[in-house]
Amino acid sequence: MTLDQLDHGQRATVVSVDWASLAPEDGKRLRAMGLDEGASVAVAHRGMFGGADPLAVTVGRMTVALRRAHAAAMEVERA
Amino acid sequence: MTRQRTAALVGNPNAGKSALFNALTGARQKIANYPGVTVERKAGRLILPSGEPLELIDLPGSYSFDAASPDEEVTRKVVHGEFPGEVLPEVLVIVLDAANLEQHLVFAQEVIALGRPTVVALNMIDLAERDGLTLDPAALSQALGVPVIPTVAVRRKGLAELAEAIARAEVTAGEGGADAQPRQHMTLPERRLAARHMAKAAVLSESARHRLHTGLDKVLLHPWLGVPILFVLLFVMFQAVFAWATPFADGLEAGVGAISEWVVATFPGGFLRDLVTEGVLAGVGSVVVFLPQIVILFAFILVMEASGYMARAAYIMDRLMARVGLSGKSFIPLLSSFACAIPGIMATRSIADPKDRLTTILVAPLMTCSARLPVYALIIAAVIPNTTVGPGVGLQGLVLFALYVAGIFGAMVVALVLRRTVAQGSASGFIMELPRYQMPRLRDLGIGLWQRAWVFLRRAGTIIFMATIVLWVLLTFPKAEPGESQIDASIAGRLATGVHAVVEPIGFNREMALALVPAMAAREVAVSSLATTYAVASDDEEETAMALEEEVAARWSLPTALAFLAWFVFAPQCLSTIAVARRETNGWKWPMFMVGYLFALAYVFAGATYWIAVAAGL
Repeated sequence: MTLDQLDHGQRATVVSVDWASLAPEDGKRLRAMGLDEGASVAVAHRGMFGGADPLAVTVGRMTVALRRAHAAAMEVERA
Repeated sequence: MTRQRTAALVGNPNAGKSALFNALTGARQKIANYPGVTVERKAGRLILPSGEPLELIDLPGSYSFDAASPDEEVTRKVVHGEFPGEVLPEVLVIVLDAANLEQHLVFAQEVIALGRPTVVALNMIDLAERDGLTLDPAALSQALGVPVIPTVAVRRKGLAELAEAIARAEVTAGEGGADAQPRQHMTLPERRLAARHMAKAAVLSESARHRLHTGLDKVLLHPWLGVPILFVLLFVMFQAVFAWATPFADGLEAGVGAISEWVVATFPGGFLRDLVTEGVLAGVGSVVVFLPQIVILFAFILVMEASGYMARAAYIMDRLMARVGLSGKSFIPLLSSFACAIPGIMATRSIADPKDRLTTILVAPLMTCSARLPVYALIIAAVIPNTTVGPGVGLQGLVLFALYVAGIFGAMVVALVLRRTVAQGSASGFIMELPRYQMPRLRDLGIGLWQRAWVFLRRAGTIIFMATIVLWVLLTFPKAEPGESQIDASIAGRLATGVHAVVEPIGFNREMALALVPAMAAREVAVSSLATTYAVASDDEEETAMALEEEVAARWSLPTALAFLAWFVFAPQCLSTIAVARRETNGWKWPMFMVGYLFALAYVFAGATYWIAVAAGL
C-alpha cells in the first residue's frame, strides 16, 4: 500500500520510497523533512475539492504538506 | 586587537528564529540584501551582559546543509565562512523548537559537527509544555556536548542566560577555539537515529493533551470549508483596508492641509513657497495619507505569517495553483506581492523549480501591490458612490475587491499561458512544513510593521519627493502668457501632449497622460502628480483648497476613471520591480518581456473598459 491510500488517521511506517520517480529536489526535501524509510507517518488532512490533493502528513511532531504524486512513491505498512 | 564580534542564528524553519532575533536585538536591526543575491540579510546588535555589543545575524531557516533552495545555500555558505564579504560568525546559535526535537536535532547535529563554538537555544519551551511535554535541558546539553538554554522568545524568557552563554562561547572562539577540529561525520540516517534517541532522553514526560492546532486544522484545512474561510478572510482584509484606515487618513490629510495653510500664512509668496505648498506638500502629502491603509494591509499579512496560517493558505491554494501550472509555494510570494512585488519576487527564492519560479516572478507584478492602493483609493473615492450593497459590504470596498480579483485572475491566466509557452516544463512539486499555530506577538508585529512603514515613508521621502519636485518644475516653467493655461504652456504639458496622443483612444485625458510618466518610477506618484497638476492648474487661490478627490470627481467622466483603474491593474509602473526582476532572472530578457506584455494588457483592458463603459452609457 502506498501513503496516498492510507486511511485518514491511521499510523504507518514507510518501508520503501521510489526515489527514482521523484524529482531530485523533491526527494532531497522529503528526506530533509524526515519522510524517509523507517519514518512513522499518518495522514492528517486530505486535499480540497475532493481531489485528495495535496495531503498533510504528520511525521513525528511535524505536519508536512505534499502532493499525492509524492505520497504514491512511498510504500507504507500499517503500524 | 579588536575582533569583529559576530554570532549567527541557525535552525530549521519554524523554530521561532525570527522571534528570538527580534527579542534579542529589539529595534537595533538592519535589513539589507546579501551582496550578489537577493536573500535578506537580517543583522542586529545584541548587548552582551558585559555591556559590549555583538552583531547577531539571522540566517534563513534550513533543514540541512545539503542545500535545496537559494535561501539554504546562503545559510550553508555563511556558516562555513564561504560567503564573500561576510565574516565567519564566531558563535553559532542553534535555535530548536522544543516541541519538535526529533526533527530539529537532525540539522542541529550537522551544525555541531562543524566543531565551532556553539550554543543551543531550546526555544518555544512554553508551547512544548502546552503540548504536555516536560523537557530536560541538562540531559540534552550532555548528549549534544554544547550548552542548552531554554528560551521563550516571545515572552523574553531565558534571553539573559542565552546572551551570557553566547558571551562565554565567544571567549572560547577568541582563544583559538575556532580551529577546533570538525567532529566525525555522520550520515543522515545515523543523525536521524541519534536525534530520536536524544529527543527521547530529553523528554521527561509526555501527556497526551489535546492540541489546539489539530482542532483548528480540522476546520481551516477542511476539504470544503478551507477555501471559503480563506476567501472570507481575504475579503475582510480588503474591506478593513478601506474602512479602518479612513479616520487615520482623514487625520493625516487634515494635518498636511494645516501645514500647507501655515506655510502660506507664514512665508511671503514666491517661488519657494509655491514649491513647498504646490509641489512638496501637495505631492508627498497625497501619498503619505495612504500610510494607514498600507499598515493595515501589512498587519493582516504579518499576522497570517506569524500565526502559521500562511503555510495553510499555500496548502489550500495548491490545487488551484496546480491548475495553472504553479504550486501552493507560489501563493506566498504572490500574496506578499499584494503588499509589494519586490519582496514578493525575492520570496520566490524558496521555490526550487526554475520554471515555476520564473512564472511566479513574471506574474507577481499583477498582484495588486500597496503602491496601487493610493491610486485605486483616490479614484474609487472620487467616482464610486459610498453606498452599501449589503450588511457590512460597501460598494467602494466591493469595487476595490473586484480590482484585486482582476489582478489575481489576470495573473492566473498569464501563468497558464506562460507555462504552456515560454516556461514549459513538467509539473512542479509541493512540499512544505505546516508549522504549529501560534498567537502572534504584538512586539514582533510592531517591529515588522515599523520596518514596512519606514520603507514606504522612505520611498515617499526620496523617489516620490524627487519626482514631485521635478514634475512641479516642469509644470511651472515656462510661465504662461496671459490668457493661456499654465499646463498648456509648461514643458510637462508639451510632453504630455505626446503621451496623450497614444492614450487618448483608451479614454485618458491630458492630466492622466501627464501622471503616467512619473508614475513609472513608482505607481503612487500618479496620485502626487495629479495633485501637483491640479494645484498648479487652479490659478484661483480659493480653488486650490479643493481636495484632489473632488477635483477628480469634477473633471473626470466615469468611463475615463474606470479605464484609469483598469490601466493600473496591469501596467508595469515601478522601476524597482523591473530592476529586481532583472537581478533575479540574471538578464534583461525576462524583465523586458514582462514590461512588454504588461503594457499590452494594460492598454487593451483600459481601452475595453472605456469603450464598454461609454457604450453602457455610464
